[in-house]
Amino acid sequence: MSAHHLAPPFAILRHTALLITGALILVPFVWMVSLSIKPPGEIFRAGFSLWPEQFYGVENYTRALTKAPLPQYMLNGVIVCAMIVVLQTFVCAPAAYALAKLEFPGRNLLFAMVLIALILPHEVLSLPLFILGYQLGILNTYAALIFPYVVSPFGIFLFRQFFKTIPDDVVHAARLDGLSELAIVWRIMVPMALPAIIAFGIFSIVSHWNSLFWPLIAVRDQSLMPPPLGIMAFKNDEAGNDYGPLMAASTLVVAPLIIAFLSAQRWFVEGMTGGAVK
Amino acid sequence: MRNIHLNHITKSFGSTRVLRGVSLAIEDGEFVTLLGPSGCGKSTLLRILAGLEVQDSGSVTIGERSVDGVRPKLRDVAMVFQSYALYPHMTVAANMALPLRVRRLSAWQRLPILRWIVPGTRRVSSEIEEEITRTAKALGIGHLLSRKPGQLSGGQRQRVAVGRAIVRHPAVFLMDEPLSNLDAKLRVQMRAEIKDLHRRLGVTFVYVTHDQAEAMTLSDRVAVMLDGELIQVAPPQEIYSDPDDRRVAEFVGSPKINLLEGVVRERGSVDAAGTNFHLLSDAPPGAALALGIRSEAFHLSECGGANTLTGAVRLIEHMGSDLFVHLAIPGSEHPVIARLLPERAPHIASGQTLHLGVRPERLLLFDADGKRLRPDNRENDNVLRMKEHA
Amino acid sequence: MSIAASSLEDEAGSASVTPAARKALRHQRIAETLAAWSLAGPALILLVVLFFLPVFAVFLVALTDWQFGATSLAFVGFGNFEELFADQGFRASFVNTIVYVVIVVPGTIVLGLVIALLIESGKSCRAFYRAVHFLPFMATLTAMAIAWEALLHPTIGLVNQTLAGFGLPTANWLRDEATVLPVLAVIGIWQNLGYAMVLFLAGLKSIPQDLYDAADIDGADLWLDRLRTVTLPMLGPVTMFVFIVVALKAFETFDTVQILTQGGPGHASEMLLFTLYRESFQYLRTGYGASVAVVFLAIVVALTLIQARVMDKRVHYQ
Repeated sequence: MSAHHLAPPFAILRHTALLITGALILVPFVWMVSLSIKPPGEIFRAGFSLWPEQFYGVENYTRALTKAPLPQYMLNGVIVCAMIVVLQTFVCAPAAYALAKLEFPGRNLLFAMVLIALILPHEVLSLPLFILGYQLGILNTYAALIFPYVVSPFGIFLFRQFFKTIPDDVVHAARLDGLSELAIVWRIMVPMALPAIIAFGIFSIVSHWNSLFWPLIAVRDQSLMPPPLGIMAFKNDEAGNDYGPLMAASTLVVAPLIIAFLSAQRWFVEGMTGGAVK
Repeated sequence: MRNIHLNHITKSFGSTRVLRGVSLAIEDGEFVTLLGPSGCGKSTLLRILAGLEVQDSGSVTIGERSVDGVRPKLRDVAMVFQSYALYPHMTVAANMALPLRVRRLSAWQRLPILRWIVPGTRRVSSEIEEEITRTAKALGIGHLLSRKPGQLSGGQRQRVAVGRAIVRHPAVFLMDEPLSNLDAKLRVQMRAEIKDLHRRLGVTFVYVTHDQAEAMTLSDRVAVMLDGELIQVAPPQEIYSDPDDRRVAEFVGSPKINLLEGVVRERGSVDAAGTNFHLLSDAPPGAALALGIRSEAFHLSECGGANTLTGAVRLIEHMGSDLFVHLAIPGSEHPVIARLLPERAPHIASGQTLHLGVRPERLLLFDADGKRLRPDNRENDNVLRMKEHA
Repeated sequence: MSIAASSLEDEAGSASVTPAARKALRHQRIAETLAAWSLAGPALILLVVLFFLPVFAVFLVALTDWQFGATSLAFVGFGNFEELFADQGFRASFVNTIVYVVIVVPGTIVLGLVIALLIESGKSCRAFYRAVHFLPFMATLTAMAIAWEALLHPTIGLVNQTLAGFGLPTANWLRDEATVLPVLAVIGIWQNLGYAMVLFLAGLKSIPQDLYDAADIDGADLWLDRLRTVTLPMLGPVTMFVFIVVALKAFETFDTVQILTQGGPGHASEMLLFTLYRESFQYLRTGYGASVAVVFLAIVVALTLIQARVMDKRVHYQ
C-alpha cells in the first residue's frame, strides 16, 4: 500500500503499534537470555529485572557446554543437516532436470508421484520408516536420522519449476558443446539455478535443525542427538530446576539460525516460504 | 567432402505437422539460408540437422555419413542460437572454452582440483586458453574474456556466441536467427561480418531467418520454406526474379509483388483488372491466372491500352533514390505499387491519372494452384534441366 | 548445384527411408529415455521406498492388532478405528486438536494481516519490523518452548509476576485444564504469525499501484476506504492460502506438547501427533498407532486438496 496519505500522527501510531507487538514477540527471547545470565538466587527471587545484579553468564554457559554434551549436539545437528542437504541435492537435481527438460514415457507418472509425496506428512510415515530402520539395523545411528529425508519431493518440485524457466536453447547449446546429460545438470542447470538451490538449502537446514519428532524416534544415544532432542534430554535430566544453564543451552541452540537469519534475511524469508511468496 | 543431405524429413509436434517431407542437398562450403515466416518449420529443420530434435521419418547425412541417431556432440556441427544461449554463470572465456574442454580433456582432467594432478591437464588447458584468446581477438572481444554475459551488450553477446561456435572448427555452422535480437544498424554490420566469416572459414553455413534482406545478401542459395515444405531452392536473384510459386513471389521482395487476378481470354491473352495483357504463355482459354508484377517492372506510359494499367495516384512515397507510387486501379482490390525513378517522374501529383505499362516478358504468371507458368520456351528448358538431374 | 526441392514431388517420401535410418532413430529415442530414467531413477526408487511403500504399509498395519516386537498379528479390519473413536483419550486428542486449530488459525491470520498492513503502510524500518516478527518462525521451537515454560512458571515466571503486579489473578498455566490448551495456542500463534505476515506482505506488494490510483480518482482516498475497496478484496486469495498453510502447521503441532505438557493434565492438551507418537513409539501399540496416522493423514490430505484448488485460483498475483 502506498504511503503518500500517511499523516505524521499515523506514522507515530504505526511505529508505536509495531514496537509494542515486536516487543511482545521478543519477550520469550529476552527472558531466555536474561535467565541465562542470572545466578539461581536471582532467578528464584521474584522481580522484573532483565540485567542481573551478579553476572552469572560465564558459569551458566560453561555448565551448559560441559554438563550436557551441547557441542556434541550442535555437531550432530551440523553433520545431519549437511548430509541431508547434500544428498537431497544430489538426488533431486537430476530428477528435476529430467522432469523439466527431457521427453520420456512415464514422465507424467513420475511427476504425479512427486506431487502425491509432497502431500504426505513425514510423521504419518514414521512408523514404517522406524520399522524399516529397525530391519536395516541402522536405528540409533546418524544414518537413521538422515535416511528418511534423502529424497525431497519439495526439492524436486522446486528445482523443476526453476529449471523450466531456463531456456531450452541453453540445454541445446550444452549438448552441441558436448556435455553429457549429467554434466548438463551439474555444470549448467545447478549453477544457473543457484538461487533456488540456496533457498531450498535454507529451508531444508532450518527444518531439520529444528525438528524433534523423528530424532526422538530414531536415536537413543546422547552422542547422536541433534540439538532439539539434546536440549529436551538436558531439561529432563535437570528436572527443570536448574534454569540458568538450561536457558544458556536453549540460547546456544537457537542462536546459529537466528544469527544466520539476521545476516541473510531475504534469503531466509524466500527459503522458508518456499516459493509460496513468488 | 562435408556436403549435407536431408532426405524426406518429416516431423510433427502432437497433431501439428511441422515438416512435411523436406529434402535438401547442401554442398560443401555453401551458404544456404532457410527463409520463411515464423512457424514454417525452418528452425525445427535446423535442429534436426543439429541432432537436437529427432525427425519422425527421413534421414540426414553429413559428409556421406548417416548421422541419424548420432548425438549432437558427434555430428561436428556448431550452432549460434537466436537467444545466444550463453551460460550466464560462466565468463566469456569459460563459455568459449567449454566445447574444447569437453572434447580435449578427459573426464579425469575435468575433475575439480584433482584435475591438476592428472598428467597433461596443464598443457591442454593452456593450449585451449591460447586458442580462445586468438579467436576472441579476431572477433574483437579480446578485452571481454573475463566478463560474464550479463555485463555485455547485445552485439558483444552475439560475437561471443559466434566465438563459442568457431573455436571448435566445426565442419558445419548452423545459425538460428542470430541477428534478430539486434537493433537495425548493428544487424547490417553483423551481416557483413557473418559474410566475411563464411569466406574466411570456408565451411558450410546453414542459416535460418525470416528476414529476406539477410537471406538475399548472405546466401549462395536460399531455400524458401512455407508450412513445412520447401517451395523453392535457388540463388537469391533467381528466387526474386524467377519464383517457382506465387507464395515465394509474395514472400520475397519489398514492396510486396503486385498480383492481379485474371482469366485467359484466348491463347496468349488474359484479362485482369480491366486490362488486357499479352502473355508469353499458352494457357488454355478460361483458365484463372494471377499476374505478378514487381514494382520496378512498370514503366510510365503516355496512354492506356493493352498491357497498361490506368488509375488514380493515391499516395506518393519519396525514398530518395526511388519513388513509390500507389495507384488505385478500378477492378483491383489492392492498389498497385510502382517503383519509378524520381528524375523520370518529377511531376506526379496525388489524384493524377497515370498509365503504367508492363512488357509481357516481365509478367510472372501463376496458375490457380499458385504454380508458376513459365513462358513456353523456358518451361521446356526447365523440364529438360530437371530430367538431367533426376 | 542441384535443385533438390523434392518435397514438391509429394510423398514418394516415407518409402525411401531405409530401415537402417528408422532403426537409428529408434535407438536415439531409447537413448533419451534411458538417460532420463537413469537421472530420475535414484529419486524414483527412493520415493517408492521412503514414501509410497510406507504409506501403503500404514494402511495395512492400521487394519491389524500388531504390537511392535510381537511375533504374531491378527487382521482386525476396522477394529482399531472403532476402538479409536470409542477411546476417551483419542476423542479428547481429536477435539483438542480441532479447538487448538480453531484458535490458532484466526489468531495467526488476523495478527499476521494487521502487522503486515502496519508495516506496509509506512516506508521506514520495514526490514527491521519484518525481521523481528519473523524471528519466532526461525527459532528452534523445542528450545523456545523451554523459554516459554520459564515465562509461564507459576511463581517466578514473568507472566504471573506481571499479572500480580497489576493485581490481576494468576494461574498455573500449564497445569490447569482450563488454561493449558489456550496457552499452547498462544505459543502457536506467536510462532506462526511471522509466517502469515510474510505471505501477506508478498500479497500486498503484488497489488498494482494502478488500483490505488483508480480508487483515489473514484474518491476512495482515505486510508480506511482504500483498505476496504482495494487492499482486502485483493488479498482474498492469499488469505485463503495462508488459512490452509497455517491450519496444516497447527495440525502438525508436536514439539510444544512434548516439551511442555506431555498431553496433560489428564488429556487436556493431548493432540493428534502426540497421540500418534505415544501409541506407536511409547506404548508400541503399532496397529493402533497406525490407525491414528491414517486419521491424521486423512485430515492433512483433505486440507491439501483444498489448498490445491485454491492455488489454482491464485490468479491475482502470478
